[in-house]
Parts: sequence; C-alpha cells; structure tokens
Amino acid sequence: MRSGLIVKKIGMTRLYLEDGTHVPVTVLSLKDCQVVANQSLIKNGYNSVTLASGEAKPKNTNKSQREAFAKVKITPKQKQMEFRVSEENMIPIGSELSANHFVVGQYVDATGITIGKGFAGAMKRHNFGGLRASHGVSISHRSHGSTGNSQDPGRVFKGKKMAGQMGNRQRTIQNLQVVAADQDRGLIFIKGGLPGSKGSWVSLKDAVKKAVPSDAPYPAGLKGASNSTKDDNRSEVEVDDVSSDKNKVAEEVVKEEVQIEEEVKKAEAPTKKEAISKEENLDAKKQEKTEDKKEKEN
Amino acid sequence: MNIIDDIEREQMKEISEKRDVPEFSAGDTMKVHLKVVEGTRERIQIFEGLCIAKSNRALNSTFTVRKISNGEGVERVFPVYSPLINKLEVVRKGDVRRAKLYYLRGRSGKKARIAEKRMDNKDVSISKNTVKETPAKEEIKKDNNE
Repeated sequence: MRSGLIVKKIGMTRLYLEDGTHVPVTVLSLKDCQVVANQSLIKNGYNSVTLASGEAKPKNTNKSQREAFAKVKITPKQKQMEFRVSEENMIPIGSELSANHFVVGQYVDATGITIGKGFAGAMKRHNFGGLRASHGVSISHRSHGSTGNSQDPGRVFKGKKMAGQMGNRQRTIQNLQVVAADQDRGLIFIKGGLPGSKGSWVSLKDAVKKAVPSDAPYPAGLKGASNSTKDDNRSEVEVDDVSSDKNKVAEEVVKEEVQIEEEVKKAEAPTKKEAISKEENLDAKKQEKTEDKKEKEN
Repeated sequence: MNIIDDIEREQMKEISEKRDVPEFSAGDTMKVHLKVVEGTRERIQIFEGLCIAKSNRALNSTFTVRKISNGEGVERVFPVYSPLINKLEVVRKGDVRRAKLYYLRGRSGKKARIAEKRMDNKDVSISKNTVKETPAKEEIKKDNNE
C-alpha cells in the first residue's frame, strides 16, 4: 500500500486528447506536499505517513503545531493528513512528493468534503415529488408527505428519508482516472468531478478496487529524485536524495525560525537558538559522516 | 495567474499552430475538413454548409453548420479547437443581421438564401481567399456518396 497525496482543487476544464476525443477534467494542484511524521508498527502499532501541504503563516499556527513542525524542521503547513502504508513504502520525513506519484491512466480514489447545501427539504435532498400544486393542498406543496403506517407499527422506521443537513460531508469517489500530470507546475488532471468547492482540499489514493500499475513509483513519487519502480534497487537512491532534501529544508526552516522568535518572543529566543545550534552541529556531523561514507564507497 | 486559463490558452495555441483558425461568423459558408477513422485507415471528409450559429467561449467555442443532404436538413456542431478538424475554410461570407440564424430551419429553397457580403477595400484580403462562389458539381456528388 502506497501513500496518497494531499491536493487542492483548482477547477474544471476540458482536455483535447491526441485521438480527437475530449475529456472533462478536474485540475488539482500539488504544492509543497511533504512528509512531516511517520507512524511505525513498533511505536504506534501501525504503519503510516503524515503528509502536510499548503503554506500556513507561523504566527497563525498554534504553538503545539508550530513546535511539532520545528522539530522536523519544516515550515508550518495548512493541511495535514495521515495515510496508511505498508512497511516497505514508508517515506522519510522531509521528502516532498511530486505529481508523478500517480501514473497517467491510473485509477485513483478521491476523498473530499462536499459543498454544503444547508438544511434542505426532502424534495431537494432525496428527490421526493412533493405534493400537488392544487386540488386542496394547503401550504405544504414541498413537504415529504406521510412518514409511515398506522397504529401498527406506531412509529417511524429508522433511516426514513426526511429533510436535514445536505452536503458538507466527507465523501469518497472511487475509480477516477488520471488523464494527465504536469510535474513542473505540480498539476494533476483527473477525469470527471470531485467533491468540494474550488480551493478545497482533496486526498487522492491508489484505487482500492483496481490494481496499481506496475510502473508506479515506489515508495512514492518524490521531488528531485530519480524514482525507482518496484523492481529497481531502491535503498541506494533513497538514502541519497533524502539527505539532500532534508538539508535544504533544514536551512530554510532555521532561518525562518530565527525570524519568528525575534518577532514573537524575545525572551525565549536564546534557549531555542542554543537548541537549534546543537541540532545544526549534529546535522553537520551527519553530513560529514555521509560524505565520508560516499568517499569510501567511491 | 489563473491556472485554468493558462491551460486553456496553451491548448488553443497548440491547435492554432497546427492549423489555421480563421475568423468567421454566422452566415458564412464553411468547409470543415474532418479526420475520419475507418478501421485502421484515416481519411478526410468534408462537411460543407452554412454556419448558422457560433458561440465564442475561448477553448470551448463551437459553431453549428447546416446543410441540406439528400433533401434533409442536417446540422452539426463542431468545437472550433477540435483536433479532429484538419482544416477550416471560409468559402463565402454572408450578409446577415443577426448572430443566430435559427430561422433558416423553417425555410427551404429560395427563401433559405443568404446574400453575399459586399467586400469593401478592407476586406479584399478575405475575398481573395473565397475562391469558389458556387460549389462545384463534383463536391455535391462527393457529399451524396457520404
């Protein structure tokens, strides 16, 4: 089981394909989607990765979140989701996912929150017919009518379709086809409509009811990595790009961290800085070690 | 900045680089060269008739072509930026006073005629392109064969 993706719905358009057909597509944007945490079988009892996406202002992020992000040296993000994965498909913290995670032609399941319609009547919510326009009907032209029988059973059955909240619920649509993907701009084109309004968050996963194509990247489509398929020698490639990714992110975060602290709390700053500098040292040592290893290998 | 607009603009550009997308409006006689796939063979089929409507919606623009085939009125709606269109020709510019010529559906014969647009000096370039005023007999035969 591979990880999914957190994407933002941008809107719908059509794509003309080479064979002359045209496909209605939903355009999804994948931006700064990073792994922020891993849950392991030993520690948590199950394997999963936590992804986060979208830029959040540090001053608007609450403290516990901010510090959790600082711990893994990633700038605070808007949306977090957890995806169950199998053990060999764990993605290291800090690595960024790219739009080639899903192969063109592949089927995916999309989960999002549908557009809320508020408290809707039975006609709108369940396509009831309503009552007649004339012939003695008074004031209840759009009502649902009878809700059951007489003294026997003397109650309304559970699950009776009635008026109530419509929309604004989490819904999953299965087996949607990936029509195209634009890795540079981080766009994924999926055939048909998806739940939610423009700008809402949607999660994509490999379709449960269809086989994952053999050329799908494992453990995930990562940015700045020559992705390996299942058969390739995986471990080597991973180790290399993870270290580079982590360093980049770390540098950025450390800069921003310093700024935030200056702005928000001057008193706490020195202690934190010390901690960070220690971490930096550790990182530097790690770097040296990895470089040494590489040299030895060479 | 709008990503959807960018995607649509790119597609329009791609098509207009491949083939000419001429300016035309309702009332013009059009020749639409269509790619038709029969089994494994691909050939070009020509659909010629009067453009009775055009909707201008950037990539989603369409136009309706009406012709009389075997005494039966036939209308077909084409997307302007369809990759199935091999070539788009304006045969004759018509002089009409409305955007949608749906009134032609109820008419036939002489009443369904449309006067040709008089070309001023400005439009000389267009008149050069409109070579044939009356469709040649061969083409009518072709249509019948289809």
